[in-house]
Amino acid sequence: MQMPSPNTAILARKAELAAKLSTVLPQDALIQDEAETRAYECDALTAYRCPPMLVVLPRTTQEVSDVLRVCHQMGVPVVPRGAGTSLAGGALPTADCVILGVARMNDVLETDYDNRIIRVQTGRTNLSVSGAVEEEDFFYAPDPSSQLACAIAGNIAMNSGGAHCLKYGVTTNNLMGVTLVMMDGTVVEIGGAHLDAGGLDLLGVICGSEGQLGVVTEATLRILRKPEGARPVLIGYDSNEVAGACVSDIIKAGVLPVAIEFMDRPCIEACEAFAKAGYPMCEALLIIEVEGSPEEIDHQLGLIIEIARSHNPVELREAQDADEAGRIWLGRKSAFGAMGQINDYMCLDGTIPVTELPYVLRRIGELSKQYGLGVANVFHAGDGNMHPLILFDANKPGDLELCEDMGAEILKLCVEVGGCLTGEHGVGVEKRDLMLHQYSPEDLEAQLKVKDVFDPQWLLNPAKVFPLSVTEGRRAVELIK
Amino acid sequence: MKKMMLKPRTETELAEMIAGATGPLAFCGGGTRGFDVAGEALTTSGLSGVELYEPGALTMVARAGTPVAEIEALLAENGQRLAFEPMDHRGLLGTEGVPTIGGVFAANISGPRRIQVGAARDFLLGVRFVDGTGQVVKNGGRVMKNVTGYDLVKLMSGAHGTLGVLSEVSFKVLPRPEVAATVVVQDVDLEVAVQVMSAALGSPFDVTGAAYDPVERRAYVRIEGFAGSVDYRVGRLVADLARFGAVQQVNDSENLWRGIRDVSAFHGNAGDVWRISVKPSDAVELAEQLQAEALQFDWGGGLIWALVPAGTDLRARIAVPGHATLMRAGAETRGRLGQFQPEPAPLAAISAELRAKFDPRGILNTGLMG
Repeated sequence: MQMPSPNTAILARKAELAAKLSTVLPQDALIQDEAETRAYECDALTAYRCPPMLVVLPRTTQEVSDVLRVCHQMGVPVVPRGAGTSLAGGALPTADCVILGVARMNDVLETDYDNRIIRVQTGRTNLSVSGAVEEEDFFYAPDPSSQLACAIAGNIAMNSGGAHCLKYGVTTNNLMGVTLVMMDGTVVEIGGAHLDAGGLDLLGVICGSEGQLGVVTEATLRILRKPEGARPVLIGYDSNEVAGACVSDIIKAGVLPVAIEFMDRPCIEACEAFAKAGYPMCEALLIIEVEGSPEEIDHQLGLIIEIARSHNPVELREAQDADEAGRIWLGRKSAFGAMGQINDYMCLDGTIPVTELPYVLRRIGELSKQYGLGVANVFHAGDGNMHPLILFDANKPGDLELCEDMGAEILKLCVEVGGCLTGEHGVGVEKRDLMLHQYSPEDLEAQLKVKDVFDPQWLLNPAKVFPLSVTEGRRAVELIK
Repeated sequence: MKKMMLKPRTETELAEMIAGATGPLAFCGGGTRGFDVAGEALTTSGLSGVELYEPGALTMVARAGTPVAEIEALLAENGQRLAFEPMDHRGLLGTEGVPTIGGVFAANISGPRRIQVGAARDFLLGVRFVDGTGQVVKNGGRVMKNVTGYDLVKLMSGAHGTLGVLSEVSFKVLPRPEVAATVVVQDVDLEVAVQVMSAALGSPFDVTGAAYDPVERRAYVRIEGFAGSVDYRVGRLVADLARFGAVQQVNDSENLWRGIRDVSAFHGNAGDVWRISVKPSDAVELAEQLQAEALQFDWGGGLIWALVPAGTDLRARIAVPGHATLMRAGAETRGRLGQFQPEPAPLAAISAELRAKFDPRGILNTGLMG
């Protein structure tokens, strides 16, 4: 993976930049010391690291605006950072950039249960948004696996999803308004407590733009009343094909569970060894959760179980109580940790049409043999968002590269069958160079034009999302006095 | 008499017509929203047909000019539907023509269920469109989760053809529920009605419609799903909402909600019609400000339809955050007031620059959105 070489003219002006930033920020909001900036050298894609030139940690929208204005005037690239949990390298610095972290901006600004919204500063963590409205039995629906740590800013930048988005949608479906600071320091308000913006859907294009169009400092989010209850059922099959057919039949029958999770044998074995959740050893495991009152849950699970039985499951376990429900989820929720115990792994995030599931799993198995690297599959089956985990040995020379090559093959396969490179993690640097497999140069040009409008000098997170060769002419910005 | 219209049969033809255009083009799907834009008329209704439908994946791909009715019929055969409930504008606007799926998404048209399931734009998964230079562009895809690159799908939805003309759309569909029922709270004023709707929408009972008719003084709350579940939730809501007024349950309410969706209360009567989106709790204050001849409320109070004497500048009376769209008026009024709410300066500048990038010659529905 390549990153642009740092601009030496910018590096030479580090002291001048720091001096200017110190006039607009409190002393503790500017980090210059190399030992301290190193803490920001990577996000959750830890294979790639590069300490930034400077780090700023503003507390207000005004401070964010001032920082961006200064950087804009000096032509310094800025990489926005939420909580640094990106698996795609979305917050990976370059040596000549300023990291703008929003972690200190974590206030709840307004909760309004009558209108079912909450307004927060975007450094607030995903789970603590729900925490802020829990007393009144409300919650914020998007639930990425990293929800304990990840920030709303990053959720908006990556349009994060989660296990329950089959019913509740992803971030973009739950975002009603933002305060956006543009690269030149201009602050704009988009959307708000009312539905559907009047003009162009700028909110829609900002969500998922990976911090390349502006820095979102405040967000109005939709909150929902919690369901009366939820209960999962666990179903095991002796083939991936049959499990896939079961998922499709459930959806066709008009039942819409809140979550349908799928694990294959390597994943089941790893989870079982790690979490001892009591999973059956079989080829494919489904965890399906429905919500409602106890009677509504009984009815929906009844329909699901009837369909599941028609496909001859090797195991069918309905949670009888909260404890059993917890154990059903235990293995799935610890899947990533479990894999990490046995191996280094790379987590992919392609999406495929659910009907292609059996074919894609078979092809992944073949690729696994071809590359000699193990793969465990765990994914959101209801919406086709796959998370193949490729196992490799970071200490073995060449293994990471082999793993990346195989990952690229799997993602190309996702595109080939009508899917996409990333369902919820974002492109970042990780999938940047695969973009031309999904989009033609003309398709990408249309996206680049949007960045040209919001950030004409290409200073915001410029080395992400698009292949460097495609953005080269645009990133070569001149320093402004 | 109908004007001669350009009517491409393929995406390639559409691209050629746009590339070869020597002046502004006025685009429409079925022309049921009847906006007047200067330029040579071009309809996408010749780009018709469902290309892919996978009920088990809840997805459909259709060419932009496919009639909505054809899509709804196909979905109904498989027990599914367009959950965002797009309105049919013909009754309100007195127009003819056939609503197309491309028109629905280009204008982001959503009905009463928008408050629960999201807007049209939330269901749109992928687009193919032709920009103002004649370049064909695709964005998104046909899968439900996709964050690969910028979401131009959302940008195109609601752009009314000003950034490009949709040639193909792929979208998510949902199961059609077994039954629907409506809880009616009788003889309530607007203030109480907003409280009723807020209580219902803040309940755990998955309310899929919350509307108020000030003429009948009735608040309507819709519940959909499996029969047993609907019975249960209706029972809970009836018990809870009884504190606001006399409560009644209506089981056969399809026509009622179609009327709310299409604003049938204003069909055929004289005057201009405005559509206003605000925070639901601002509805009471706004209703005072509007001094309208008649009002209808949807989306828990957040969507307000106002009937006012022809030529009224209703936006000048609105003093709460939100936006007002002029839906029905004479040409002079539309020209003077504009169909869409003017945006604050920085946003207007961004929008204008986006239009200039995607349509450098300024020929796509010129002036419609600013």
